[in-house]
Amino acid sequence: MENRELVCVACPLGCPITVTFDADGNVATITGNTCKRGDAYARTEVTNPTRMLTTTVKVEGGKSYVVPVKSANPIPKGMMMECMKVINEASVKAPVNIGDVVIENILGTGVDIIATNYAD
Amino acid sequence: MTYDVAIVGAGVVGGLIARELSRFDIKVALLEKCNDVAMGTTKANSAIVHGGFDAQNGTLKAKLNVQGTLMMPEVCEKLHVPFKKNGSVVVAFSEKEMEHVNELYERGIKNGVPELSVIDRDELRRIEPNISDEAVGALLSESAGIVCPYELTIAAVENAVTNGVEFIRNCKVNAITENADGYVLDTTAGDIMAKYIINAAGNFSDELAKMVGDDSIELIPRKGEYYVLDKSVGNLAVHTIFQCPNEMGKGILVTPTVDGNLLIGPTALNIEDKEDITTTPEGLRDIVEKALKSVPIVSTRNAITSFAGVRAHPVNDDFIIGWCDKSANFLNVAGVESPGLSSAPAIALFVREILNEKLELNEKENYTDTREEPVRFRHMNDEERAELIKKNPAYGRIVCRCETITEGEIIDAIKAPAGARDVDGVKRRTRAGMGRCQGGFCGSKVVEILARELGVPMSDITKFGGDSKIIYERTK
Amino acid sequence: MLNYDLVVVGGGPAGMAAALKAKENGIDSIIVLERAETLGGILEQCIHTGFGLHYFGEELSGPEYAGRFMKMLEGTDIDVKVDTMVLDVADDNVVTAVNKKDGLLKIQAKAVVLAMGCRERPRGALSIAGSRCSGIMTAGTAQKYVNIDGYMPGHEVVILGSGDIGLIMARRMTLEGAKVKMVCELMPYSGGLTRNIVQCLDDFGIPLKLSCTVVATHGKDRLEGVTIAKVDERLQPIPGTEEYVSCDTLMLSVGLIPENELSKNSGLQLDNITNGPRVDEYRETEHAGVFACGNVLQVHDLVDYVTEESQIAGLGAAKFIKGEKVTGECVYTKGINGVRYIVPQRINHDTDADVKLYFRVGAVFNNAKIIVECDGKEILSKKKVKLCPGEMEYVTLKQSVIKELPVNAEITVRVEA
Repeated sequence: MENRELVCVACPLGCPITVTFDADGNVATITGNTCKRGDAYARTEVTNPTRMLTTTVKVEGGKSYVVPVKSANPIPKGMMMECMKVINEASVKAPVNIGDVVIENILGTGVDIIATNYAD
Repeated sequence: MTYDVAIVGAGVVGGLIARELSRFDIKVALLEKCNDVAMGTTKANSAIVHGGFDAQNGTLKAKLNVQGTLMMPEVCEKLHVPFKKNGSVVVAFSEKEMEHVNELYERGIKNGVPELSVIDRDELRRIEPNISDEAVGALLSESAGIVCPYELTIAAVENAVTNGVEFIRNCKVNAITENADGYVLDTTAGDIMAKYIINAAGNFSDELAKMVGDDSIELIPRKGEYYVLDKSVGNLAVHTIFQCPNEMGKGILVTPTVDGNLLIGPTALNIEDKEDITTTPEGLRDIVEKALKSVPIVSTRNAITSFAGVRAHPVNDDFIIGWCDKSANFLNVAGVESPGLSSAPAIALFVREILNEKLELNEKENYTDTREEPVRFRHMNDEERAELIKKNPAYGRIVCRCETITEGEIIDAIKAPAGARDVDGVKRRTRAGMGRCQGGFCGSKVVEILARELGVPMSDITKFGGDSKIIYERTK
Repeated sequence: MLNYDLVVVGGGPAGMAAALKAKENGIDSIIVLERAETLGGILEQCIHTGFGLHYFGEELSGPEYAGRFMKMLEGTDIDVKVDTMVLDVADDNVVTAVNKKDGLLKIQAKAVVLAMGCRERPRGALSIAGSRCSGIMTAGTAQKYVNIDGYMPGHEVVILGSGDIGLIMARRMTLEGAKVKMVCELMPYSGGLTRNIVQCLDDFGIPLKLSCTVVATHGKDRLEGVTIAKVDERLQPIPGTEEYVSCDTLMLSVGLIPENELSKNSGLQLDNITNGPRVDEYRETEHAGVFACGNVLQVHDLVDYVTEESQIAGLGAAKFIKGEKVTGECVYTKGINGVRYIVPQRINHDTDADVKLYFRVGAVFNNAKIIVECDGKEILSKKKVKLCPGEMEYVTLKQSVIKELPVNAEITVRVEA
């Protein structure tokens, strides 16, 4: 398996990190980081990268056309566009409050999509 | 419906002709290919009312410029369009150029230009404190002034429409046929019948004339680029500062605008594509280089925008105004390059006289030659503002914060006769989006108000008609 | 004429924090005037997360961060008027404002906090050649269309400027189905956070072109394409490197300018670098009783710091109203050698607390030292592994150190690379 070159995002330093893998595809070495957070970031990033997803969802029967939402926790990076499809098909009835669950357990990720603003 | 007169082109010339003809008991249509008035040369020029010393003695340009400039203050007063008689100077940078200045003076006197004088270095410095140390003297023309050309056009057309002229936008003439009753204009807004056609189509007047078999109009499209600088440097020039003219025109000028900005330009470049209103890196550099010669402290650090316009330069170097040889009731008003804006009020009168040779013109009873003064919140004092908002709360919401423009003024601009239909139209009528942030904040608000007042979705609103969409479909 | 102890101009994060802090410090009558229809300012459209890590210790979206302060405001008797535009702040601290309901408002204030935020630099300031077609907009305008109005501002996008707003919009447009072709950055480095470059560009394969700018726009009605070019060390386009990129939208993320028309009209001198008023350690401007905080004072990188600064201003205003604020002879600050500016620009010699000097650097520095000096003597130094123009930095001056400096002394802050 090839090496992976990453730029660490744990802090503004942006250390260039190289991850090498053994024959089984497991992480062998992590170099270039200057702190433990960098190691942790690189390990997650090559094994199970996740991202917060923020977007909007359509509001029914309100003044606002859309209300902003986020994933309550990070979701797998590779599922962002698929999740967008689900969110774009969904809608929520006004009034909406911050924290309202708009979509439960999106695509079986165990993560809810929740409203991040009010909408009336 | 058959009109007595169809005016093609709603620039400053067509607009003022429409206003002049609206005094009489005839049916007049004003046809415009764009989504608004003043969309061609009128919206992108130097905005100067010239003294009238440039044009050669005996030309139409000379006669109509001097007459038009004399008429301008009253026309502007009646239409409630700001006009400022700030005067102009043609600056000489050498004794040789002083000779040229003296020539212009002689020419001006022969043309009948009032309030003209030659001033020396000291006097020039006294009246124009930021002028270059290299300047040795100047021609001072005190009757010259500044006016906003599109505001004048908007006001003139509003006045004309109030008096019964029909304004038809998005109406591009594709072909003209003649029959016993007159002309049939095949346009993008359908067929329009008219007994007389007035060709005020600006850069396209040659093409329109060809539609009736007249290929005598030869125009060279000439592009001019400009910079607009912030109001904080609007006082760098008091007068309109010209350099000595050359064969391509009057050179780069530095001038205040009636709105208090500073305008520098134009370049002059003959081009092929008459719709090419792009600015170029070379052009913009050229402007600054040459403007620095007149006023060394000008800097584009204060630039808020740049733009370009195309003037229709007639090969014979004079306005082409008169009946067409090839078609009896087709009246050309072509080749109106600078000093076209200055001449426009006089051109309108002149055209009315020519038309009157063939068409009887009787004054209407209920004609008004004034346009109601638009609300200008930014010019009001506290008491006036309080009173205004009490009457209509829409004036209590500021939409454009750079220029202090209220929602009420924007609604007025949309509802006015021949009112705004797009974002640039609102901008030209109210100045919303014309300030430092160039619509960064208020742009989407203006789109929202336009959509609401016109009863269409926001995505239907354009910047200036056509395909100039601002936003597309819903995200969800 | 209405009477308030404190008038706060602007109800974004800065205004809300200043008002709340003044309340906490015993000021009774406070009013916040906000021009938009809701409080929250620009945070309302910043729906991405990353706000509040410093202040709340958790990662919030913009509306959530603003929402917390709105909740806190609701729990007080602070008056709020939205949809209200302040037109003038006069010498005698009379504030003139308008709205639809009250018409013209005149408010006599004991103290005023200016918290109007900032605006984006428009295209005109860049002098990009080309046509005046539609489809050229600031990233913030596009953000409002997408996040608030729910409309797509374009389908094929080029972004000029790699500040955080530009990067965030690259991801946002991609998520909504647009094709973001590239982000061009004039400088040899990005002005945005590394995290945003990774998560907004790299995640979606969007190229970041450094030392590259847009030299021309093309299209008669709607934008049809742009010409990009590489730039040399003097940031001038290099002839022969031009490349045409088709797109229907050009988003500009080329800097923010404090929104200081009100400040200027009321006669306040602005700092040439920050474009904000010149202030003391409590953010009091050169007009007694007029304070400024947030992005109207200096453009911040993180809203958390806006909150922190606004609390200082709110506290200062409270002290001023109660007649407890130290005002007198000062020492002055100045950024040199890589330090572009310092806020505050002056510190009262007899100040009653430690003072943080905030600044930004003019280039990227690695393993550098920040050195604070006065009269050629080092009074403080701080090592930094990395300094970036995109990030605000600070050093803290002890009250005791300030007291020992001569009156009217100049404190300089510089970078030693």
